[in-house]
Amino acid sequence: MRLELRDISKRFPGVLANDKISISADKGEVLGMLGENGAGKTTLMNILSGLYKADSGEILIDGELKTFRDPAAAIDAGIGMVHQHFMLVPVFDVVEAVALGAETVSGPLGTFDRGAARKRIVELSEQYKLNVNPDAKIESLPVGVRQRVEILKALYRKSDILVLDEPSAVLTPSETEELFGIIRSLAATGTTIIFITHKLNEVIKVADKIVVLRRGRVAGSADPKTTTRQELANLMVGRDVELIVPKGPAKPGEVVLSIKDLFVRDDRLEMAVKGLDLEVRAGEIVAIAGVQGNGQTELVESITGLRPTDSGVISIGGQTLDRATPRQVSDMGVAHIPEDRGRDGLINFMTVAENYILNTYHREPYSSRGMLDLKKINERAAQGVKDFDIRTPSINTLAIALSGGNQQKVVVAREFSGPVQLVIAAQPTRGLDVGSIEYIHRRIVEQRDAGAAILIISTELDEVLAVGDRIAVMFDGRIVGTLTDDDATYENLGLLMGGAVFGDGAAA
Amino acid sequence: MKTLKSLVRRALIPTLAVITALLCGGIVIILTDFENLSKIGTDPLAGIGGAVGGVLSGYGAMIAGAFGDPARILTALQGGTEREIATAIRPLTETLVAATPLIFVGLAVAISFRTGMFNIGGDGQLIVGALGATTVAIAFQNSGVPMLVILVLSIVAGALSGAFWGFIPGFLKARTGAHEVITTIMLNYIAAQVVLFALRGEFLRNPGAGGQPISKVMTSWVDVPSIITLPAIRLDYGFVAALLMAGVASWLLFRTTKGFELRAAGFNLTAARYAGMSAGGSMMLGMALSGGLAGMGGGFMVIGTVGQLSNDLSGGIGFNAIALALLAGLRPSGVVMAALLFGALTTGGKVMGIESGIPFDLLFFIMAMVIMFVAAPGLIRSIWRVKVAGPAPEVASITPTAPAEPV
Repeated sequence: MRLELRDISKRFPGVLANDKISISADKGEVLGMLGENGAGKTTLMNILSGLYKADSGEILIDGELKTFRDPAAAIDAGIGMVHQHFMLVPVFDVVEAVALGAETVSGPLGTFDRGAARKRIVELSEQYKLNVNPDAKIESLPVGVRQRVEILKALYRKSDILVLDEPSAVLTPSETEELFGIIRSLAATGTTIIFITHKLNEVIKVADKIVVLRRGRVAGSADPKTTTRQELANLMVGRDVELIVPKGPAKPGEVVLSIKDLFVRDDRLEMAVKGLDLEVRAGEIVAIAGVQGNGQTELVESITGLRPTDSGVISIGGQTLDRATPRQVSDMGVAHIPEDRGRDGLINFMTVAENYILNTYHREPYSSRGMLDLKKINERAAQGVKDFDIRTPSINTLAIALSGGNQQKVVVAREFSGPVQLVIAAQPTRGLDVGSIEYIHRRIVEQRDAGAAILIISTELDEVLAVGDRIAVMFDGRIVGTLTDDDATYENLGLLMGGAVFGDGAAA
Repeated sequence: MKTLKSLVRRALIPTLAVITALLCGGIVIILTDFENLSKIGTDPLAGIGGAVGGVLSGYGAMIAGAFGDPARILTALQGGTEREIATAIRPLTETLVAATPLIFVGLAVAISFRTGMFNIGGDGQLIVGALGATTVAIAFQNSGVPMLVILVLSIVAGALSGAFWGFIPGFLKARTGAHEVITTIMLNYIAAQVVLFALRGEFLRNPGAGGQPISKVMTSWVDVPSIITLPAIRLDYGFVAALLMAGVASWLLFRTTKGFELRAAGFNLTAARYAGMSAGGSMMLGMALSGGLAGMGGGFMVIGTVGQLSNDLSGGIGFNAIALALLAGLRPSGVVMAALLFGALTTGGKVMGIESGIPFDLLFFIMAMVIMFVAAPGLIRSIWRVKVAGPAPEVASITPTAPAEPV
């Protein structure tokens, strides 16, 4: 079905979230909607799905004017949403999860007709090559499959228009490829698809048409066949952005971080890091690439003193860590950007100022003899907000009220506020938009040029290739290869990440 | 100006919740006023008028019972006898007396909740504190030590005993992961039995009380000094101490590094750990401080207003304190306000029961409604059509909005 949104506006107190947005998508077309966090994508989709009511504007489906009183009305009109955060009951199996709320019933008591539901689900799954086992428990399914269950849910409700909100955020590269295949086959059978993302590669790869939103307005549109990542990025941010932060050649100095034959166990006490060797020198950026779950988290936690090591030696700046506490490690000048900023890096319900001093509050100038110096704290935090261009109404705003990019800037500002000899950055730009990624990368390169040793752990190949001076690939708890310059290609990285042995680190 | 504005904004929902609850209470009074309701068929105007009049006279009696009659207080103060003054101001002082332990235990609950520990054990900590204070006070009977010294020692003993009782669940959680809701509730039962057992011993038992589990009356050798020395006025410096503790709690939470750690751990234990804080240490410290405040409250009760220890001393203060701490948004200043409100409702409610025949139990109904409305800010907003300021994320009322500024 053809979908058209005309002049949609939506105002929240103090913010014009959507300002006369007009978009359209034909039957069987994939519309890529690109925009930074806070550009108004989600608001627009919530209006389309009946969750919000637009202040003005029209929604037309096949030329017919529609108003949605509630989400149920939108579903009836054939609009299916696949949210970024899945809405599935973990203990249900696939048939139950898909049918929930749209059960086919039979008999006088209206009992759930599982057989009929299962039959349709199997048909749909085959028709669109979703490859979902209808009897599997949701909680036992990997994330990529759960997403396909969400798609099944929408199809089961006879959706002709499918909205996918940041669908690749939680997927591995290969799962993303599979998703694109599904999107293509859905579109081929006449489903209209709106694909919301902030990842440039993805829209170029999968969309038939691209619309870019910025600050609540349509900033422009582009043809994926002719546009470039650079053009899209500039449209998104509203200025010229550097997708790859320029940096000179590394000037490696002394070894700052040295890890020898490290073994670390995970929470289930299984060995996660298995004899890892690594050196990071002052003035260089070593990027660790690898699919999530190959021991990266445990490696980072053991370096930062959060997880005991089983055996092996970690030393920082010549000092060997022996059961060092996180505070001792931090006091040695180790900046740690944790992989999950919402859970580990920030306290959502504390203010920007409080988060700014989260690991230095016990030191001068922020406190003396157990008393906080609010004046100094506010002064320094205000300075940090200015230096790192953190967009916040005030330093007394709660961290949770900031956008992801600004939250991460708070973390980076805090970690870089003191003298730094080593930076451990885990997924430093996960979930961030282009402008913020550029900013964070720039700051990290600055630290390198100032003489710090940098270790970046990332699952994003683009990031690893953009900032790494040396790229080490981690697989099954070990470094299976180290690539530099010409060797560092998508292909070689992909091979190593899958477990192939290559290059100089193969001896491990 | 800015702080005043934020103060008004913070107080808005709780205030509207109280008003809504009182209105609901009024409806219940009307619906149970069978005498007037039965008239509706024959004389609707008189029936409704009588019912509404009943509500007004009932609430009037409650307000007078809680705060006294201003005109009467004024005339009494202008040359009335001691007795007249005392009778006139007694409702107000009784409200403050009722509020005192609620402030202590409310602060205890607020501190523990801020630390992320759901301390349901206020009752147990209060009564163990009372036991500690009583034991020390009785140990100094006939010792010749000055009263003030005995007083201070008893209160300190009360605070320490309560702190110990609060520390136990904190320790168990930090070391073994035992959930504090379970352990604090169980420790309430254990505390009650410990006190009962102690009151059976010769040392504490009041020989004049027959077999009753009541301690000796201590007022002859130790007492918390009265603020106003008038007959039948029980208000003593325990109330001042409670206000002082609210200030101390606020200072501790918002101005010290320990308070920073407690709040950080309370909001997000992993992030606190990542920032190099000791999560277990915060749990134990937070619970010990919490228990200490409750215990101090118990100490002031037995040494001051009550004068002796009995096993039913607390009368459910621990649970009311949870409700009022939430009503207060876990802010020490809010705890004081909420405790005064609860104190006024209980003292006023008793008078309402006597004077207008509306049962005292209605008060529990109103208090419960207050808490329910505070817990459902969205409901209050839609009833009173209050706009939410800014696109701020929806945050439950127990989370602070601007913790950097001290309260």
